[in-house]
Amino acid sequence: MADKPRSFQEIILRLQTYWASKGCAILQPYDMEVGAGTFHPATTLRALGSNHWAAAYVQPSRRPTDGRYGENPNRLQHFYQYQVLIKPSPPDFQELYLGSLSEIGIDADKHDIRFVEDDWESPTLGAWGLGWEVWCDGMEVSQFTYFQQVGGHDCKPISGELTYGLERLAMYVLGVDHVMDMPFNDPQAPIPLSYGDVFQQAEREYSRWNFDVADTDKLLQHFLDAEAECQRILDAPADDPKTGKKIIMVHPAYDQCIKASHVFNLLDARGVISVTERQAYIGRVRALAKACADAFVQTEAGGAAA
Amino acid sequence: MPDLLIELFSEEIPARMQTRAADDLRKLVTDGLVEAGLTYAGAAAFSTPRRLALSIDGLTAESKPVREERKGPKVGAPDKAIEGFLRGAGVAREDLEVRDDKKGQVYFAVIEKPGRIAADIIAEVLEKSVRNFPWPKSMRWGTGNLKWVRPLHSILCILSDEAGTEVVPLDVDGIASGNTTRGHRFLASDAFSVVSFDDYEAKLKRANVVLRADERAEAIWNEATTQAFALGLEVVEDRGLLTEVAGLVEWPVVLLGKIDDDFLGLPPEVLQTSMKEHQKFFSVRNPKTGRIERFVTVANMETADNGATILAGNQKVLAARLADAKFFWENDLRVAKEGMEPWLDSLSNVTFHNKLGSQKDRIERIAALAREIALSVGADPDLAAQAARVAKADLSSEMVYEFPELQGLMGRYYAEAADLPADVAAACEEHYSPLGPSDDVPTAPVSVAVALADKIDTLTGFWAIDEKPTGSKDPFALRRAALGVIRLVLENGLTLRLFERMFMASASHVGHIAADEDFGELARAFDVLAENLPAELVAAFAEQADKAVRERRGLDEPATKDRADIKFGMARASDLVSFFHDRLKVFLRDKGIRHDIIDACISPIQGAPGGVTPANDDLTLLVKRAEALAATLATDDGENLLQGFKRANNILSQAEEKDGVEYSYGADIKFAEHDAEKALFAALDAADAKIAPAMEAEDFSTAMTAMAALRGPIDGFFTDVQVNADSQVLRRNRLNLLSRIRNICLSVADLTKIEGTS
Repeated sequence: MADKPRSFQEIILRLQTYWASKGCAILQPYDMEVGAGTFHPATTLRALGSNHWAAAYVQPSRRPTDGRYGENPNRLQHFYQYQVLIKPSPPDFQELYLGSLSEIGIDADKHDIRFVEDDWESPTLGAWGLGWEVWCDGMEVSQFTYFQQVGGHDCKPISGELTYGLERLAMYVLGVDHVMDMPFNDPQAPIPLSYGDVFQQAEREYSRWNFDVADTDKLLQHFLDAEAECQRILDAPADDPKTGKKIIMVHPAYDQCIKASHVFNLLDARGVISVTERQAYIGRVRALAKACADAFVQTEAGGAAA
Repeated sequence: MPDLLIELFSEEIPARMQTRAADDLRKLVTDGLVEAGLTYAGAAAFSTPRRLALSIDGLTAESKPVREERKGPKVGAPDKAIEGFLRGAGVAREDLEVRDDKKGQVYFAVIEKPGRIAADIIAEVLEKSVRNFPWPKSMRWGTGNLKWVRPLHSILCILSDEAGTEVVPLDVDGIASGNTTRGHRFLASDAFSVVSFDDYEAKLKRANVVLRADERAEAIWNEATTQAFALGLEVVEDRGLLTEVAGLVEWPVVLLGKIDDDFLGLPPEVLQTSMKEHQKFFSVRNPKTGRIERFVTVANMETADNGATILAGNQKVLAARLADAKFFWENDLRVAKEGMEPWLDSLSNVTFHNKLGSQKDRIERIAALAREIALSVGADPDLAAQAARVAKADLSSEMVYEFPELQGLMGRYYAEAADLPADVAAACEEHYSPLGPSDDVPTAPVSVAVALADKIDTLTGFWAIDEKPTGSKDPFALRRAALGVIRLVLENGLTLRLFERMFMASASHVGHIAADEDFGELARAFDVLAENLPAELVAAFAEQADKAVRERRGLDEPATKDRADIKFGMARASDLVSFFHDRLKVFLRDKGIRHDIIDACISPIQGAPGGVTPANDDLTLLVKRAEALAATLATDDGENLLQGFKRANNILSQAEEKDGVEYSYGADIKFAEHDAEKALFAALDAADAKIAPAMEAEDFSTAMTAMAALRGPIDGFFTDVQVNADSQVLRRNRLNLLSRIRNICLSVADLTKIEGTS
């Protein structure tokens, strides 16, 4: 077992190295605002169809309603998730996962690691799966899911998905009580930086904007635009007149779905969506996700014959 | 006789599903084996987080051969018929025998099923059981098609007898059976083989797995109470949590931890709920102070530091959770002390049901109703209304948002913090009761008033919008609400015009009936119904309903009982009353009172205006009368009186039908010829003199006894006197006499409803 990691970034680096050694492609974060690592097309889209897949990546995630101006010890509106998706789920997926914990300094011999029932469902993605939240000494350190359905399609083969909440996990491993106090780089570095040095100011700014300042009329318009554009992209004929090739534009359409989802989250934080409307908005995003999933399985990456 | 051992080894099975799954495995496999012709002496099933196991002993080694003959079509029958027969019998054409029958030659199929060895049957039954297992939720994994609760890794299936142990060969989607299993995930993860159930259980224990859930639960409880006792503390008992925790561990290790002093000021229920819901901790109480001071967590792991790291981690997680709870509690207390106004205001934004308005609308209705009910239940009307107004305020609190199961209880704490009267605070907690048939019924008058008002508003509201329970579906728990009302009234002995109250409460919901509803049919049905209701009640309903509609829709039509929406509302209210009568019958049947006796007492009393009187509208009186009637009918006199009444009623009804008149008045003793006839006159006069005042005084047993005393004179009359005499004067007089019998009996209860032995 390696020494204990000393910083937030070292935990991330160790996870990257570990999953790379287990054969995963180490991808980079998706360059859009998302609510969770699951939204990355490397998970949502790649869980569909028959092609095999193995990827791991860090995904910055945003949940505007969770903003606390950087004051709360563990609530943030912007945070990082570490995401692993392997399709088909390997028979020793649980052991592989436990190996990753050991790599970041959670030794199974000293701790009480438990798999506690927690079924995962994403109403916005039309997706669900069965699995657990993984507890280490009573604390949830990861979400472990076998995807059963995405975008309304039955998954076949089944993907195994892991999501690590990086801040919380790192605070536990590093023994830190307030996220802002957590060392971001090596505390012995010439210029040691804490998580707070990097993010405190941004958390404060975004909390104010998310809750009170974001222009709701414009956001509502953005939602409508993204929704319309997503549909327009998918409605375009598959055959491209310029290249003479069949090009279904799933990824550009899916970007619009992601955008709609994030705008909805912002509107929710601004408190302008009533309880009844909420369901309707979620349903509209889900319809986009489904349409993208329907389109993806028509493509090569989605397992359709070339 | 061989013994069978099966183990299905998988990734972690949700705790809540384990016990049921073990039962299902036992049932599926034993049923399958028996159906295939095997017998067994005993079977027991077990579960841990990672395995289901089944041990069957004394299994027969093979099934007996079976021979069956089936008669088929005649020789020369169409090919189609013969082919159908072959398919059904599962034999080939050349295997058919031709036999002589009375009507000619007929085909016979002789089906011989040879006996099969147990292993073959087990393999088939187990595969089928795995493939058809009734998990509440199941999943696929990897590239396979098999469904199980979580990925299934191995199947152990062995048959053992004196001669030795054999693996029963089978393969389910690539998972081949064997004789090996694994121990604890971290403490003893290597595979090992077993030869019998005893060997299996013993080796599992050596590999840090306690197979039996009840043994794990017992070990947890004993260890937890011992550790607590050593500190002079006690573990708060929680059966459900114990079962759940026993399903989360294969090797329970009990650790007792401290709760930071900062949090000891939280209400004990908050500590308990937070620890249980989030962390699956048991609460440990100091019996001297009644405070929750420590917790017990159950790990699945033994460590070199005896759990110190594990406990420290758990304590830290708990501290973070409780810091949240404390934050909620302190914020809530601040709002409560300032009078809860922000909570009450925010309830106007919370929809109760989209057709029934907001929580705030509902609270206003409940407050008005509680005020009206208050005097009948001995409560101060102002207090009752005040209690109703704050009883649901805690629904807006942060604590209840986080822990919905604390609703009511937090209301009490917050009402106390707001210095509201003790009766009001108690009502905040108690007005939800009774929730179940065994739940305690509140007795404090203010609590009773609010509890009744809350339930009556729920019932009348959902009835008005036609959301009543159907079959097994009762999403708004309306049967429970009705039962709650019945128990609140009866167990507190309340004197309350319940159905009238409910009917009137329905009027305030007429505004909720959709304006585009088709009123036609129900409204017409109501015209018939209206005749059975006192005119004042109908008029009051119309006025109240009109007010409600105006408030809701700004409608400007005159309020009359003829308006369709109002009639419609009355029809639904009447329907609710009959639903209520049905629930009452179910409730009383469980208490041993026959449904026809209840019917006889619910049925409108003869001569009462509109048929509604306290005797059938006041639940307490209704039940008292039913009990008295049941007691009377159980006596010899009562039973014979019933026969006499029925005979009188039959003769009278036939005569009335034949003559087309009603014999209801004018029996005169001067036309009485026989002594028996005269005696009946005298007896009826005597009974009249007793029954009417007794009924008035609600002394039902005196009234019933007086009625039963008519038995002798009625019997004597029928023995000696011919009703249908030749003389029309005598006949008419006697029929009118019979009608006095009928009237007297019906003034007590509607005996025509009693299912007799006649």
